[in-house]
Amino acid sequence: MYKAVSGSPLLLEIGVETMYDIIVIGAGPAGLAAASTAAREGLHVLVIDEYMKPGGRLLGQLYQESNGNWWNGLEESVKLNEQAVNEGVKIILQTVVYDIERQDSSWIIYTENIVYTSKQLLLATGAAESPVPLPGWTLPGVMSVGAAQVMTNVHRVKPGDKGMIIGVNVLSAAIAMELQLAGIDVVAMALPPLNQLTHQHSRPKEVMEALLHASHLAPSKFLRIGSKFMTNPFMRQLGIRLYPKSGISMWGIPIQLRKAVTEIYGTNQVEGVIIRTIDINGSPVSGTEESIACDFVCIAGGLYPLAELAGVADCPFYYVDELGGYVPIHNEKMETPIEGLYVAGNITGIEGAKIAISQGVVAGYSMAIASGKQGLVENLQDSIKKVHETRKQAAIRFHPKVDIGRNIIHKQWEARQVPSTNDATII
Amino acid sequence: MTRIENHPILGKLGRKKTVTFTFDNQIIRGVENEPIAAALLANSIRTLRNHEETAKPRGIYCNIGHCFECRVTVNGIQGKRACLTPIKEGMIVQSGKRFATPVRDWSGNHV
Ligand SMILES: Cc1cc2nc3c(=O)[nH]c(=O)nc-3n(C[C@H](O)[C@H](O)[C@H](O)COP(=O)(O)OP(=O)(O)OC[C@H]3O[C@@H](n4cnc5c(N)ncnc54)[C@H](O)[C@@H]3O)c2cc1C
Ligand code: FES
Repeated sequence: MYKAVSGSPLLLEIGVETMYDIIVIGAGPAGLAAASTAAREGLHVLVIDEYMKPGGRLLGQLYQESNGNWWNGLEESVKLNEQAVNEGVKIILQTVVYDIERQDSSWIIYTENIVYTSKQLLLATGAAESPVPLPGWTLPGVMSVGAAQVMTNVHRVKPGDKGMIIGVNVLSAAIAMELQLAGIDVVAMALPPLNQLTHQHSRPKEVMEALLHASHLAPSKFLRIGSKFMTNPFMRQLGIRLYPKSGISMWGIPIQLRKAVTEIYGTNQVEGVIIRTIDINGSPVSGTEESIACDFVCIAGGLYPLAELAGVADCPFYYVDELGGYVPIHNEKMETPIEGLYVAGNITGIEGAKIAISQGVVAGYSMAIASGKQGLVENLQDSIKKVHETRKQAAIRFHPKVDIGRNIIHKQWEARQVPSTNDATII
Repeated sequence: MTRIENHPILGKLGRKKTVTFTFDNQIIRGVENEPIAAALLANSIRTLRNHEETAKPRGIYCNIGHCFECRVTVNGIQGKRACLTPIKEGMIVQSGKRFATPVRDWSGNHV
């Protein structure tokens, strides 16, 4: 800790480290892969992360792939970290980056105690979960579905004995299975109550549609069954009308697409939820309340790119629903319109960890080339191809139309490359 | 809550070094370097603070540092996130409490 003495310049009070070639913010799969790639080319790389362990959101992931192998996020994180360390990357944990600034063609990175500087900067800050406010959601025992995943798979503490999951999507379906695997009882999964914020998560038809497109390679039987017989809109409509009121069961967990949790109750912590039958548009049917006892509740509101630092750096954004929200404008080389600023991983759109890794490699090569390293153009091209291939093979697709989303953002990039003639007249 | 000693894929938990710390003067045992929130939950404690104004109990929400719902005082330093602060032997953790003097709403005077 430093003490600010009035009148003295801040930078003299806190340590300033020597200049790095590259600083990466975020030690998730994207950041670690980028750091290894660049360091292998002889660059001096620093990775900063606020969490206690390297790996980011990869740490909690655990699912079976279609070939039967388990994707064990803890192990994959250890591998990525070791690889980076072996390439000479310096990794600092438990350190929050709260501000960044561009000055004289270098970056200044502000953390609590030390100011770091670098020539290039990669933002690999990942994603965050959207909250879904509903009555009772601040009670202890209510947590995001990702919180339960981390408690279970990373810290190995049960989030509770018996849980209810609010929000049915690929992530919550995967995590429901992970909880069961750890011996935690999931009583049911149901939709959130319909309101302006939750509409696409609260209308049975839309939820079903999103699930059906989740992936042809999805690890879950439930997600795979659908795409086979529900290929036309009529069938889909019929599907949701005929959806059994008691839900369809996946690994013994009832998935209630025709019920919504309208309230969480408890005195000092969660004791249960109130659930109501809803019509196909998501509106509750009166007189259908039931109460379900449970000691924890997971809220699954979906993921959005965590991109605040790109905003601080004045990077332009574009809203792309298919990518999960506002995304910093970037190209396939992971460059942004801001000189020396790169992005990779979920900050560029919500996808799985393998895609984040492949994007990290691209960013690593791009930054190495920008640092003057020769002979890497082919590596860069190959790494971009690898991103496309990885996307095709993805076991989990967070948005059915992620490819369209990728095109939208790259078009935005291209549009900025050709200065429009109108610009010249605005003086 | 219980610890997940055996996991079909992740394997056995194995023996880890335990440490003791205090939470509102109560002595708690936990695994060294696990986050405060995990150690407390393993001891069935979910409430990490009471809301500054309403005194309503609050626990973790995101568990990865985003929401600041889990803020506690650690060795005298306020605003530490219990979900990403590792426990150490002898650590003193205190829950946030309702303010002694309620925060008054003066906005009515300015209409
Ligand atoms: C809660 C949650 C659960 C998920 N579960 C799954 C899943 O089960 N399966 C799946 O395929 N995908 C899952 N995802 C998607 C996940 O984002 C990707 O799989 C992948 O981890 C993205 O990698 P990344 O490197 O882009 O970001 P992340 O893995 O999120 O890593 C980003 C890192 O940046 C750090 N960071 C962010 N801001 C700062 C800052 N200001 N200062 C310092 N450090 C900072 C974070 O601490 C984090 O370690 C999940 C995402 C979330 C948010
Ligand atoms: S629980 Fe959200 S910051 Fe700790």
